[in-house]
Amino acid sequence: MLRFLLGRVAVTVLTALCLTFAIFALTNLKPNLVKLAKTEAETRMSDEEVERWIERNGYARPVLLRYGEWLGVMPGWEGGGTAAIPPRCKRAVPDGAEIPSYCGVIQGYFGFSTTFKADVSAIIGRALGLTGWLMLWVLVVMIPISLLMGVLAGMREGSRLDRTLSTIAIATTATPEYVSGVVLIVVLASATLGVSPILAELGLIETKTLFMGTATSAMDNITFWNFALPVTTIALYGTGYIARMTRASMAEVMTAQYIRTARLKGLSFRAVVLRHALRNALIAPFTVIMLQFTWLLNGVVIVETLFNYKGFGWTIVQGAGNNDIELLMGCSVVAVVVVLATQLISDVGYAMLNPRIRVS
Amino acid sequence: MESLGWGQIFFGMALRFLPVWIAIGAVFVVSIRMRRRLGLYGKLFDSGSGMVGLAIVLFWVFTAIFADLIITHDPLGQVSGMKNALPGTPMPDGTNPYLLGGDNLARDVFSRMVMGARRVLAIAPAATAFAFMVGITLGLAAGYRGGFFDIAQTFLANLVLAFPVILLFYLLVTPAIRDSWIVTSLAAVLFAFPIVFFVLLWNSRYRTDARKRALSIGLTLAIGGWVYSGLAFNADPTGIFRMDPNLLNVFVSVVFVNAPTVFRIVRSLTLDLKTREYVAAAQTRGEGAWYIMLWEILPNARGPLIVDFCLRIGYTTILLGTLGFFGLGVSPESPDWGSTINEGRRLLALFPHPAIVPALSLMSLVLGLNLLADGLREESLRD
Repeated sequence: MLRFLLGRVAVTVLTALCLTFAIFALTNLKPNLVKLAKTEAETRMSDEEVERWIERNGYARPVLLRYGEWLGVMPGWEGGGTAAIPPRCKRAVPDGAEIPSYCGVIQGYFGFSTTFKADVSAIIGRALGLTGWLMLWVLVVMIPISLLMGVLAGMREGSRLDRTLSTIAIATTATPEYVSGVVLIVVLASATLGVSPILAELGLIETKTLFMGTATSAMDNITFWNFALPVTTIALYGTGYIARMTRASMAEVMTAQYIRTARLKGLSFRAVVLRHALRNALIAPFTVIMLQFTWLLNGVVIVETLFNYKGFGWTIVQGAGNNDIELLMGCSVVAVVVVLATQLISDVGYAMLNPRIRVS
Repeated sequence: MESLGWGQIFFGMALRFLPVWIAIGAVFVVSIRMRRRLGLYGKLFDSGSGMVGLAIVLFWVFTAIFADLIITHDPLGQVSGMKNALPGTPMPDGTNPYLLGGDNLARDVFSRMVMGARRVLAIAPAATAFAFMVGITLGLAAGYRGGFFDIAQTFLANLVLAFPVILLFYLLVTPAIRDSWIVTSLAAVLFAFPIVFFVLLWNSRYRTDARKRALSIGLTLAIGGWVYSGLAFNADPTGIFRMDPNLLNVFVSVVFVNAPTVFRIVRSLTLDLKTREYVAAAQTRGEGAWYIMLWEILPNARGPLIVDFCLRIGYTTILLGTLGFFGLGVSPESPDWGSTINEGRRLLALFPHPAIVPALSLMSLVLGLNLLADGLREESLRD
């Protein structure tokens, strides 16, 4: 088990290095650097001025060297500082402290965001806190509903309940976040359409709309009315997928020999489902839920943009739009770590949950 | 002329879609008549949800084909006075109403939705097909051969899969990157796979028949090379096959994101199928490795692959919509559904129709594809 784990961790670290380097190289392509120069200095710069800006700020040095500096295996660049923004390694430590020669991710310094003019770790920390709440509620809503749907559909394959739930599941997987978000806003959070005008006319709600069409206020204070729509939007897309996987797994378990034995023993259908089938049927969905995190990241980016909630997804969009290299690198480290960690957990968890698999 | 009521709007739209109804009807009548002779496709007509799915997909396919007949206005034309017009509003001169209203640039929402179908259906199935060519060729080899090649391939596939899709799109699908060597070289690699696939296919089949072998490989190389030079390098001398750089950029990114998942599916199917007796029999007969992969394993893996193909077209449609939603890789005038949703969402609370129409269109197309895939899966499992 230990060797298996160590091997997996080694592959994971290698993957993370390759991915971050790929992203670093992409953000440092010439056209992207020109974009950065123009947003940072001035939009109407001539080509020579852009060249000089790139040269002066150290972006013209070899990519591999600068990746090493970012990672912290190469001494930090000492040039390019201004009074407001000192060179890299001086920024990494508080004023007056001794300036280290290495200052990268390994040393715990994630760099400086050119868009927000602040430390990347501070920005990402705040954004992750906000997105954490969103994800928490998404999982709280999505997992019980989808598992229940899957188990109910799969326990009697082909029944009317199964057909209804399966159709609902297919419909939700066909509805990407930018569609369900738009539909939900129109139906529930529009002052002129959907249910809100009717309710307002009847005097049932005091505000103009039932739900709020943006989640900006949820950044300070989460309420049901400002958070329900973004959470539902993300949860909807994943629910159908997990439900279908659970249904398939449940349907397979229900045809197993030991379930027949339990039925022939005279146990009630309820007891068979709850005591014998459920645990085995939930092994496969566990992996699916874990791997679902990658898709949740996509959903988070879309929903945070749509509902103007300034979390992690919104930060990625801002960083990418302005080619904010160090902010994007910080975001990709988080994204890659989340994806790889969930893959690792799902593999290990699958092996632990499933008695038939033993890692030797 | 007064504004139309909802009844008139739906009647008007149904009338505009007349060529589509006729075509769907014709396909259904012919298919149901001949369904016992059409294999898996014919069996689809035994499953209710499969038929519904097929009908929805056919609706959009024929809408894309007959788009020029269906549209009521120029999808790019702006008519003053029609800005954010409500559905059914007649033109200022009192004729030919905007059936589904106008958008914030006073263009006809209905015509843009119809033209958007053409754009989506021009990219999604083709991009999915390319992703399948890449995934099948590499997945078969990795699963069948195993060893270092397999380990390296799986590592690369997992690498791409761990890449946050949106970030990849932001970095790859920008006008600045469009002209750089990255997209061109990605296109050069990805677009070569269909040629490689077919050359391997014919080469292994006609190993003993030199004439057929030379003919089929020669034809593949000639036609493939022609299309390839046009699509990947925009160097087709006749100019028939060419791709707008924007489109090429979107296309390549979508293929790049989809191929690793197909690779993983094909690889695991191959790992399962290569232990079967007919593979052992072929090995004993002394068949070549590629013959076994392409003519023994692949045909037996077709069921799950066809189902996944349908699902993946839907997924690609969603990806294209995501690109449009973030305003990536499309010209601002483009009527594709994702960017129309993005434009419409700014005034969503006041004028929802410009965003809702493409949103529901996209949803219905993906739903149709999912139902179709579900029907195919059910019917292919039945025997």
